[in-house]
Amino acid sequence: MSETTAAKIPVTVLTGYLGAGKTTLLNRILSENHGKKYAVIVNEFGEIGIDNDLIIGADEEVFEMNNGCVCCTVRGDLVRILDGLMKRKGKFDAIILETTGLADPAPVAQTFFVDEDVQLHTRLDAVVTVADAKWLSERLKDAPEAKNQIAFADVIVLNKIDLVTKPELAEVEARIRAINPYAKLHRTERAQVKLSDVLEQGAFDLDRILEIEPEFLDAGDAHDHDHDHHGHDHHHHDHGGMKHYHDEDMQSLSLRSDKPLDAATFMPWLQGLVAAEGAKMLRSKGILSFIGDDDRYVFQGVHMMLEGDHQRPWKDDEKRESRLVFIGRDLPEQMIRDGFANCIPA
Amino acid sequence: MSDFNPLQEQESIVSVTDRVKPVVIGAQVIAIHFLGDRAAFVGAEETVTLVSGSGEQTPVAVASGGILCAASDGNRVVMGGDDGKLIALDRKGEVTTLATDAKRRWIDNVALHPDGAVAWSVGKVAFVRPPKGEEKFFEVPSTVGGLAFAPKGLRLAIAHYNGVTLWFPNMAANADVLEWAGSHLGVTFSPDNKFLVTAMHEPALHGWRLADGKHMRMTGYPARVRSISWAAGGKALATSGADSVIVWPFGSKDGPMGKEPAMLAPLKAKVTMVACHPKQDILACGYSDGTILMVRMTDGAEILVRANKGEPVTALAWNAKGTLLAFAAQDGDGGLLEL
Repeated sequence: MSETTAAKIPVTVLTGYLGAGKTTLLNRILSENHGKKYAVIVNEFGEIGIDNDLIIGADEEVFEMNNGCVCCTVRGDLVRILDGLMKRKGKFDAIILETTGLADPAPVAQTFFVDEDVQLHTRLDAVVTVADAKWLSERLKDAPEAKNQIAFADVIVLNKIDLVTKPELAEVEARIRAINPYAKLHRTERAQVKLSDVLEQGAFDLDRILEIEPEFLDAGDAHDHDHDHHGHDHHHHDHGGMKHYHDEDMQSLSLRSDKPLDAATFMPWLQGLVAAEGAKMLRSKGILSFIGDDDRYVFQGVHMMLEGDHQRPWKDDEKRESRLVFIGRDLPEQMIRDGFANCIPA
Repeated sequence: MSDFNPLQEQESIVSVTDRVKPVVIGAQVIAIHFLGDRAAFVGAEETVTLVSGSGEQTPVAVASGGILCAASDGNRVVMGGDDGKLIALDRKGEVTTLATDAKRRWIDNVALHPDGAVAWSVGKVAFVRPPKGEEKFFEVPSTVGGLAFAPKGLRLAIAHYNGVTLWFPNMAANADVLEWAGSHLGVTFSPDNKFLVTAMHEPALHGWRLADGKHMRMTGYPARVRSISWAAGGKALATSGADSVIVWPFGSKDGPMGKEPAMLAPLKAKVTMVACHPKQDILACGYSDGTILMVRMTDGAEILVRANKGEPVTALAWNAKGTLLAFAAQDGDGGLLEL
């Protein structure tokens, strides 16, 4: 599997609200001296100043799949563009897809789950959301798209931190963490983030689910391991002076168990859960330990689409623990907790 | 018992692999069209290679980038590129630029009419240029997925999300819309002008009987159908997308409605390309493992044209007389078979 993954062309989705600094970041990626060639897919062709050989205009056409599931949507234009780009294989190393501030990242991600040809030649590397430190708190209140983009992100570039005070920064971070506690968060001015922090993340690679998410271990606690200069105790966020927010409609829910799960109960439960509640679930991920199974089982999902696999044997010095995270809107928390508890034999 | 060796399964299939003239293009071929007695191997980028019956190759530079689509009327091959250009290559090997998109947008689809009209699409807009008269365009609600001219009259089918628009460029009347939920990525008229069939984004075909708009669902494919070909006289439609060639009967007035398709030439590989012989009940099919077979449609008898060499077959075509079969695989390894 790793061989085929390596041969596939990585696609980075760059999203964020208008004016947050997406184009600045995109131009940095393209102009920095990394020896790599990118194909860039942008909306509003020719409207923004991007200097690149391969630049393609996208229409952001969201198509429903013909399977009766309203949240199974794909980006029809992306299917066509990626198919066309494959004719020029060898002319570029990676693809960057810029979406408008109004776009929903889910159909983009689902295109990589659903379309066989897209799957064969490309892989979704990560969803990178650029957010404006000054305005994000406001946008989270009035723009559901902004919330979606934070909830969906693997990497959040919190830009323009030079325009806010320390308390303001703490507030916007707390708001972000209330929605998405496990994305990597980078604070920047003028989108000055290391490219290695936004590219080649492997966020949708089942093998790297843990590797890329140090926050995952403590999902649910709003803090950031990258920067501990706030001087508060990480494990007790309420003691550190950092406010803890609960977003009214977008939450993350993390579950864990030291006891192994019963696969025969868990699998139908998970599938039933995403079938029933998938429209509300933006992302889901998990690392699982099953009874009588020496392999780690990993899964991830976007809305109703799930993929999972045996990853590797548990290591001897590794704690056999199951961990799951769901990010979504109005998640039925107690029902999910009860259902999960039911998968753990007493 | 330990030294017992069961007999190797006899190679029972008739092979003509030794009669194939090798054609090495060296780069991906997306389509082959015959221009007179030469086969035009259309590359994925920049070049068309004209190959004569004796195997002589003449590369012709046609585009500055990727070639996204190609169609032929036997006199010329017309191609759309990611450089926003619509290019024609004629029998003499001469290249003409037919149209240039001002914004360099991709030309995604192209279709040719036997009378010389050409149609192409850029995004949501389909264009038609008759041999005489002025160019016209029509915008559909979403990006054009496929174009096809009706066999009679100047009528263009434009496939898109949730259906197909039938447009008469020379008439002021509104276009007809055939609706069916989902994304339609390819479109073809039956040669008798009675049926319209689309290849959908999901692994299925959809058809309409043009007289009354009656729907025909053709489902059950494990993969998206990328290659379709009408059998001689239009009595059947051969399709890729499964591990055998799926052939839908179109001989009766109901088309394939209520009928099972024939499943020919099953292999442990997916059919990627099909091309029906223009005159006889024979088809050629290429597979994801590089195998190419000729199959008699009446009884399923097979002849091996190319052994499984690994790379999938990406192009397959007969000349108009049905005396030459040309093919190419993804790595540009091709061949020419004279019958």
